[in-house]
Amino acid sequence: MDSMTCVPAIELNRVSMTKPVLLGNSLTELDIIRDVSFSVPEGEILALIGPSGSGKSTLMRMINRMEDPTSGQILLFGSDISGLDVRELRRRVGMVSQTPALLPGKVSDNIVYGPSLRGEPCNPEEYLELVGLEPELVSRPASSLSVGQQQRMCIARALANRPNILLLDEPTSALDRTAARNIIELICNLNRQLGLTVIIVTHVMEHAQAIATRVAMLVGGVLIEEGAAADFFEGPKTQIGHRFLKGELTEDGR
Amino acid sequence: MDANSYIHISNMDLLIALLFIAISGAISHWQKLELERDMAVGTIRAFAQLLAVGFVLQQLFDAARWYWVVLALAIMTTVAAHNGVRRQTGAKQGLFTVMMAAIATGASITLILVIGVVLRVRPWYMPQYVIPIAGMILGNCMNGAALVVNRLHSELTLRRNQVEAALALGAPAKQAASEAMRESLRAAMMPTINSMMTVGLVHLPGMMTGQMISGTSPLDAVRYQIVVMLMIAAATAVTAMTAAFGALGVFFTPFHQLSPRLELGEAWDAYTHDKSKH
Repeated sequence: MDSMTCVPAIELNRVSMTKPVLLGNSLTELDIIRDVSFSVPEGEILALIGPSGSGKSTLMRMINRMEDPTSGQILLFGSDISGLDVRELRRRVGMVSQTPALLPGKVSDNIVYGPSLRGEPCNPEEYLELVGLEPELVSRPASSLSVGQQQRMCIARALANRPNILLLDEPTSALDRTAARNIIELICNLNRQLGLTVIIVTHVMEHAQAIATRVAMLVGGVLIEEGAAADFFEGPKTQIGHRFLKGELTEDGR
Repeated sequence: MDANSYIHISNMDLLIALLFIAISGAISHWQKLELERDMAVGTIRAFAQLLAVGFVLQQLFDAARWYWVVLALAIMTTVAAHNGVRRQTGAKQGLFTVMMAAIATGASITLILVIGVVLRVRPWYMPQYVIPIAGMILGNCMNGAALVVNRLHSELTLRRNQVEAALALGAPAKQAASEAMRESLRAAMMPTINSMMTVGLVHLPGMMTGQMISGTSPLDAVRYQIVVMLMIAAATAVTAMTAAFGALGVFFTPFHQLSPRLELGEAWDAYTHDKSKH
């Protein structure tokens, strides 16, 4: 970590998001995210936790502008992302989804996809090794890999863009326990090796506890807890935080 | 054979033709299909609409003024675009402009080539040629545009994860949607290509049969039909392409994001309507 820089990698400044949701036959505006502010220092791993439907994925998708906030600002190393070129923003902020989303073609086609958009050279074997896959897989059709391997390939594909930040939306939910633990270990190593800032949405508290340096907890679109992971897992500041850790919290956070 | 030697249909003949509807009506009644009412309405509508169109076209043919022809083409294009939008399953907001631009582009390019270069119609606006040919082109353009936009909508919905993965890697909307585009364009072109395969064997096209009834020799009629088939293929291709690119601008935001309208469906129209009022 660079002690000279005090500008956080990601900073959310009073971010709110309202979006139309289908209720019956008509659309109703719902508050998905309400006035959320926090920051993630460079090189840290933030676990974004909370009951399902609390807005975690939406919050994540706003950081690489797959969706936009209704109000508030998101800053990437101090600059407002709405002022950045959206495609350059997405190069710098990699994203890995819940289930591996394969692009057509071979493993190599997937990995070089990002760099080749900009006409940059890319050695796919290098990135396969980085995520612990055998370089021989490079010429295999992406769909022939196991789900665990596919998820690693998706991480390699994001890394090939040389991002500063990696967003992971429940990257282990489609995997068995062993494969999941391996992915978590991989993320930890990448963070250490590359100094990558990571935001990970997870439902598995062991995972969050194992790798996160910071925790942010959302309930119903509101930020309930935010701070050092060690403090949170030792004893949450709020009653809701306590109940969530004990697994007592229902979907709407009551 | 004289070109005007075909048999004319008198009013009496038209009334006799009503016997046909009596036959289908009887079958409906006998088999309890409960289609009698629809059949009656359909018959009346067919009579009224066709007689009205016949009357308008007759005026148009007699007047033979370029501005009436252009007005007729404009109305036909608008109706085609409107129909293309009506056939969409998702939200319709913004699609009329896309349809209109696509159909006008595809149809006008082909119409100009057929009228000006292949047939060399003089004067160019002779309604006898322009109106029927434009009608055929517009009908196919409408189908092509409606098909391509509908298919693109469902492909993008189906491939959402893949499209978003490409976007998240920094791909522009056009590239992230390239597979969906390819599938949609193929789907829009297939009917035209298929009809080129079977024309003359399975079905005799309406224009060709019409020409033959009015006294044109089959050898001349098929020449027209060949030109018509090729021009329809071209018109469909240009229209589908234009419509697909136009629809990308509706299904994606300017920031290379998938539009929420894809998952919200028809409710989106009422929502954006309400929003623009406030």
